Amino acid sequence: MKHPDPPPFSDCPIPISETEEILLGHGSGGKLTARLIESVILPALASPALEALDDQAVVSIDGTRLAFTTDSYVVTPLFFPGGDIGDLAVNGTVNDLAVGGAKPLFLSLSFILEEGLAITVLDRVLASIRRAAARAGVSIVTGDTKVVDRGKGDQMFINTAGIGSLRPGVSLSSRRVRAGDAILLSGPVGDHGMAILSTREGLDLEGQIQSDTAPLHELTAAILDACPDVHAMRDPTRGGVAATVVEIATRQRLGIEIDEGAIPVRDPVRGACEIFGLDPLLVANEGKLVAFVPQNASAGVLRAMRATPLGAEAVRIGTVTEKHPGFVVVRTLIGGERILDLPFGESLPRIC
Amino acid sequence: MKYLDEYRDGGVASSIAKTIAETVTRPWVLMEVCGGQTHSIVRYGIDRMIPPEVELVHGPGCPVCVTSLEMIDKAHAIASRPGVIFTSFGDMLRVPGSRGDLLTLKSRGADVRVVYSPLDAVRIASQNPAREVVFFGIGFETTAPANAMAVYRARKEGVGNFSMLLSHVLVPPAMAAILQAPGNRVQGFLGPGHVCAIMGYREYESLAERYRVPIVITGFEPIDLLEGILMTVRQLETGRAVVENQYARAVTRDGNPAARALVLEVFEVGDRKWRGVGSIPKSGYKIRYEYRMHDAEKRFHVEEIATEESSLCISGQILRGLKKPSDCSAFGTLCTPQKPLGATMVSAEGACAAYYQYGRFLDSASLPAVTAQAPTA
Repeated sequence: MKHPDPPPFSDCPIPISETEEILLGHGSGGKLTARLIESVILPALASPALEALDDQAVVSIDGTRLAFTTDSYVVTPLFFPGGDIGDLAVNGTVNDLAVGGAKPLFLSLSFILEEGLAITVLDRVLASIRRAAARAGVSIVTGDTKVVDRGKGDQMFINTAGIGSLRPGVSLSSRRVRAGDAILLSGPVGDHGMAILSTREGLDLEGQIQSDTAPLHELTAAILDACPDVHAMRDPTRGGVAATVVEIATRQRLGIEIDEGAIPVRDPVRGACEIFGLDPLLVANEGKLVAFVPQNASAGVLRAMRATPLGAEAVRIGTVTEKHPGFVVVRTLIGGERILDLPFGESLPRIC
Repeated sequence: MKYLDEYRDGGVASSIAKTIAETVTRPWVLMEVCGGQTHSIVRYGIDRMIPPEVELVHGPGCPVCVTSLEMIDKAHAIASRPGVIFTSFGDMLRVPGSRGDLLTLKSRGADVRVVYSPLDAVRIASQNPAREVVFFGIGFETTAPANAMAVYRARKEGVGNFSMLLSHVLVPPAMAAILQAPGNRVQGFLGPGHVCAIMGYREYESLAERYRVPIVITGFEPIDLLEGILMTVRQLETGRAVVENQYARAVTRDGNPAARALVLEVFEVGDRKWRGVGSIPKSGYKIRYEYRMHDAEKRFHVEEIATEESSLCISGQILRGLKKPSDCSAFGTLCTPQKPLGATMVSAEGACAAYYQYGRFLDSASLPAVTAQAPTA
């Protein structure tokens, strides 16, 4: 089946996949996800706000600029070291607003519950949601609950949407990223993804890996205080830091250079990544931030990040360049080079 | 991280690369046998650190790549049956057979699961006595002990609903096939470190002697690989052709006798079809007659499935080091990681998949400047 509309960014040499069914990989944050959005969803629903493909939309109501976003949370197990589906559902949406330069204000909360779920489980998740909302300074103002037959949902799915008020004068978008920008990362990568994976696969790491789920609104405020002209901020969730930088390089036709030696990774996370054969750059985070900052402001922004609890380990990991447009080149630990690309679908554990 | 960081040190790496450049006086073609080595070479950019005289060709050592099309079709046929739980290492799921891949089958409702060890599959079988549980046992000698252990344990513990679809391949017959092939270009090998941790390297000594080819058993970290390249180049430059062991921290001459004994208790050597290469005599393992109730091919009567491969795909010549992925007319056009014709394009360890990224990078300077078009509503 051919789609009548040409896909955007059609310079890509990759032919449209002939997959006609949804695969798990379509939700992985890899190329399949990008293709689903660009060749199926966008052509059907095109609007200027959607086409920016940022983590949040910026809308104006009577001259007041608002950031608006939504996200759904499906995670197994519901409770994992360092967090649970409840604080994830609050922090994830708060962070999508915060990295757009907004102060998160209001959240909606929808549950899809599977028949048979213990009320005590729901109680625990609600308590966690309440704590997370208080920490992030947001109010949950509307909600919905649906129940599906046993076997038709994995215990609990949550959707949240959020609204925040944008700072005057601030304009953050991946479209503003320029050659010469410094790329800053707020702390060690891979904690969330490996906390989930090692719990799910029964890898006994004695609780050494905790999810990093946290609200980023204070960190983003500190960054914008230090430099209101920051070009873009992203929270590198699904697909990790790699998905963030590859997406910006590809869509904005810019080159990006990353210094692999500068990427902080905690030892237990590195160890777990070695065991599973995964690249920490591709592993999900839930409380980290990547900022694209004008070169001359980068030192000041880095200082401001390090002065906050969530940015204490912030580092510069790379630079945007005019060279090799569309490609992310990693300077490897041993001084070699490689192209950083997104996996096609899910990152599958390798046999050797 | 101890025992890893030492082998990823940038200073040591550049000093070995410099020594290689000082040692080499003429062009040499080296083949790294293992897919894991190919992966590290690309991941760390080692191919771009060494002098251009040293050409690395990627060997047949990706078990995913060499698993024959008909084996994948057999897997597909078994996994399609109602009541079957089909288990496999992750990267095997995306390899296309002539009837599609296992991930797509999963999306259509088949019970296909990723496991990290064949023993996990045995555990799933004992927890689901009413279901048939099949493990896709692929790999080189490295994974053979774990696969043999799963079959051994299933029989010992009476897990009658567990069986294995076995497609094991052996390295030395493949190396011999490469060296015997007309037009062979390979002059030295980085030998398979993990395979030799199990098997030792006595078998390789006769290969080195018979074909006058240096073989350096090599590890998988960047320093290992650079050291292995240096040792091979030194042998070539001085006209020697022996087996040397770079990976001494893991490999001894005799390997792991207990593991080998277990493998030979459960498996026996037999002919095996390799994807893109064809049948190589005595190049694989089969499940012994005594363990036939755990042999999925017999249990599900799929032995007669036979499939021919795409005539466009030259992965056989690539696996033997005769051609480069960029020599293929389908490369990057009809055949991409998203729509692979042959398995060398599928796995991250496959030579074509590795080249696909590298080649795109080289061409990027000549790509036309394109402005993003907004989709027409």
